[in-house]
Amino acid sequence: MNNVHLRHVGKVYAGNVEAVRDVSIEIDDGQFCVLVGPSGCGKSTLLRMVAGLETITSGEIAIGDTVVNDKDPSERDIAMVFQNYALYPHMSVYDNMAYGLRNRGTPKAEIETRVQEAARILELGALLERKPKALSGGQRQRVAMGRAIVRKPRVFLFDEPLSNLDAKLRIQMRVEIKKLQRSLGITSIYVTHDQLEAMTLADVLVVMNKGRVEQSGSPMSLYERPKTTFVASFIGAPPMNLLPLTGGDMPGLSLFSRPQGEKIVLGVRPEHLELSSPGNEGHPLALDLLVTATEAVGAESYLYGALGGAGQEVIVRVNGSSTVAAGETVRVTASARHLHFFDGASGQRIDGE
Amino acid sequence: MEKRVTFNGKLLPYVLLLPQLLVTIIFFYWPAMQAVWQSFLIEDAFGTSTQFVWFENYQLLLSNPDYYRTLGTTLVFSSIVAFFALSLSLLFAVQADKAIKFASGYKTLLIWPYAVAPAIAGVLWLFMFQPSLGLVSKALQAAGYDWNPLLNSGQAMALVIMAATWKQISYNFLFFLAGLQSIPKSVIEASAIDGASPTRRFWTIVFPLLSPTTFFLLVINVVYVFFDTFGIIDATTGGGPAKATETLVYKVYHDGKLGGDLGGSAAQSVILMVMVIALTAIQFRYIERKVEY
Repeated sequence: MNNVHLRHVGKVYAGNVEAVRDVSIEIDDGQFCVLVGPSGCGKSTLLRMVAGLETITSGEIAIGDTVVNDKDPSERDIAMVFQNYALYPHMSVYDNMAYGLRNRGTPKAEIETRVQEAARILELGALLERKPKALSGGQRQRVAMGRAIVRKPRVFLFDEPLSNLDAKLRIQMRVEIKKLQRSLGITSIYVTHDQLEAMTLADVLVVMNKGRVEQSGSPMSLYERPKTTFVASFIGAPPMNLLPLTGGDMPGLSLFSRPQGEKIVLGVRPEHLELSSPGNEGHPLALDLLVTATEAVGAESYLYGALGGAGQEVIVRVNGSSTVAAGETVRVTASARHLHFFDGASGQRIDGE
Repeated sequence: MEKRVTFNGKLLPYVLLLPQLLVTIIFFYWPAMQAVWQSFLIEDAFGTSTQFVWFENYQLLLSNPDYYRTLGTTLVFSSIVAFFALSLSLLFAVQADKAIKFASGYKTLLIWPYAVAPAIAGVLWLFMFQPSLGLVSKALQAAGYDWNPLLNSGQAMALVIMAATWKQISYNFLFFLAGLQSIPKSVIEASAIDGASPTRRFWTIVFPLLSPTTFFLLVINVVYVFFDTFGIIDATTGGGPAKATETLVYKVYHDGKLGGDLGGSAAQSVILMVMVIALTAIQFRYIERKVEY
């Protein structure tokens, strides 16, 4: 079984800088785990600890049944795709892919078969004799993938592999990576700061912040029930509207019921707000917004509205055919199941209606 | 964006170039032309008569077995010095690159010898290895080794090789260190994940990626040993014993200054000039083609 277990893993750098704190993640055999978070949240450090490129200060990392804390990267049977691809610039595409196999003493015929197989899967057949500098970004990316798959490792590690590609290629490669991982069935850990990449690729999504795991689970569970305001604002684009509720009435906002507490934050996603006619009462949440700007992206449009004509900004997703223009006042409503409440001080979700 | 400067009038650019042109002409081209001219002349030892002889100086030189012996000495000397200066400095650079504690301390110490003038370096080594005074000589003799570079030509050669190598290691070290640091860390990490042992990683990844630096240094080192080791040789062995440590440059000095054979000496320096031009041309060609991988 090629599952990966992280148990209370921590990393402290010299000078007492804590990069990763008490991270526990379980990744089952063949699962695709994505670590996502803003830069500096410790996700890359964590990945490098799994790879063996960084030492582990506390806790343990196990691949299969083996604790790998003290093993060299070469002994962990992993393959890694780097952000800058890290191809060997003086070797041909073929040699780049064959290098890891040669180091392990694989027979020549076997190397040939495996490299050709990888080249076929990744459509690199015509490029095998080229040097990396004669390749485009997308091709280099595929060579880096090829180098990983020829080895048939127990675990794939990806360190922001798509961030150097242009937007169109990124989407294409994202789909390819997903398909490839599915067909090979190799346990994978993928680091990204792009929430869309994270949502679309992950079986297990881990949101990290300041060295800790904010929340982990399936992408939809994180989307539907974010545990903290951080996750709520990180997952989903545009992000969830977070409205701090003051004690008394707020102009433009009418809310059926709210949890008890001093500081409460109300969260509602732009796609869960619906335009409704001004007189229509009886919704759990109704907001009166002065539209300040609109963004049409085709199938849908986004309205940027000021709550009660001033202050707090609220984003609403509407149909692309909507004719609402800046300067108008609109009423938007949401149903009870789409409302999220968080504790204002701790950022934690408050459950129960 | 490329910045383009345009001058009004044609005079200004030449005026701006003039100081550099003057320096080049007065200190490089003029003496070089003088040497070429001189190499066509035979002058008697007292400078009373001069005769234009075309290539007679060259003919004499190239038919003299002594010249080939010196050429041989130079080739042996330069290949040994270049080999050790390159390999030792690479070793030091790799070690210093790995060091975490006191890394800057190591680097500073390794760079220091470069600041020592060649003649001083020669004198330092002379004192350490002088048969009757030197500390190292005393130690060697106490250990029963018959050390006397003043009489033993092999030992004299070893001494100048050591001094010349020691002097050049700092320079090579700097370039190798810079070369090592310009290799992306992720490439090294990728090869570690690919299962290459540290030794294998060095020979299959680091060394090939350093090859532009190595080639550059090889040319620089050969030029150094050919031309800049004069001070060391002069201070340490004076070319002896029995011309065992006489290199081409030293012979130019010896024949011209001490032997009074200005024409022959000039012919030798013209040949050296051709050699250095050839080396520089190779260097430039290579650099123009950029890194070969």
